[in-house]
Amino acid sequence: MQAGTVQLAGHGGDEIEAYLATPTEDGPRGGVVVIHHMPGYDRATKEIVRRFAELGYDAICPNLYWREAPGAAPDDAAATARAQGGVPDERLIGDVGGAAAYLRGLPTSNGKVGVIGYCSGGRQSVLAACNLDLDAAVDCYGAFVVGTPPEGFPLRVTNLVDQLPNLRPPLLGLFGNEDSYPSPEQVDELDQILTDNDKPHEFHRYDDAGHAFFSPDRPSYRVAAANDGWERIAAFYDTHLGG
Amino acid sequence: MCTYATVKTTIEGSAKGPGSGWFHITDGTVYFDHPVHAMAEHTLNIDFANPAQGPSARVAVELTAASARELIAAIEAALESAPAGMTA
Repeated sequence: MQAGTVQLAGHGGDEIEAYLATPTEDGPRGGVVVIHHMPGYDRATKEIVRRFAELGYDAICPNLYWREAPGAAPDDAAATARAQGGVPDERLIGDVGGAAAYLRGLPTSNGKVGVIGYCSGGRQSVLAACNLDLDAAVDCYGAFVVGTPPEGFPLRVTNLVDQLPNLRPPLLGLFGNEDSYPSPEQVDELDQILTDNDKPHEFHRYDDAGHAFFSPDRPSYRVAAANDGWERIAAFYDTHLGG
Repeated sequence: MCTYATVKTTIEGSAKGPGSGWFHITDGTVYFDHPVHAMAEHTLNIDFANPAQGPSARVAVELTAASARELIAAIEAALESAPAGMTA
């Protein structure tokens, strides 16, 4: 495996930083764009990128906060981005699109690219999948894909209900039944909307798990749910990104 | 969840972190969301920052909700204890 920092052309052609991990074996193989969580382009996210390389994919994570805080520590960059209102949806789509194009431009690419996001990145994964040419999408407990943000939210985050009819690739959703955002009822609602729109999707929901059950460095970590979730992700990407 | 909830305020003062010097702070950002370091699912987070000096010009705290409320009471008590003319 090789891993390190690269530059890619993101939204509007902006050069942004990204973390790339690739198997050393010859291709062809699929690619995975990892969308980092709100705390940023951090060590835990880079571990996820390397795990996808270990699973046999070219994987990349764009630093969504590069413009606000180039070269800053991930937590400082996240604080700066938050104070400036967060990542606009349009820019997220452009940056993920740039990351997908970067993967498809690698000599090892088989042309297929999936996306995955955790927490706020879960919503952004669905957002990207509604707007970009992607082959598979994974939403790990993203809030506000459906549902309405509470009154008085200073950050402008909207749900994606009006975009879901445009969802292009199959969606894998992984959720904790003890989560409040998204709540089990909101997961039901998303499931129903996708069914009504004939959108292929596969949801797995875990008891004794709440939000962020994949995070091994957090109190929310749930080993059984995380292990099963990783197996589901590996099987899903093998189906849709292989060959 | 990511609450996304963020409240910004302009502040006037100084801050200091371990291994760094004092610096002038101009902005406060307050939010209840996932912490970076504290062992709780959600915390009340405050960034004391000077954006003009770059992203690293920041002192951050992550407090449990109960701690944050105790801090509010302590701040108010300290301000109340001083002569009114000094805290106007």
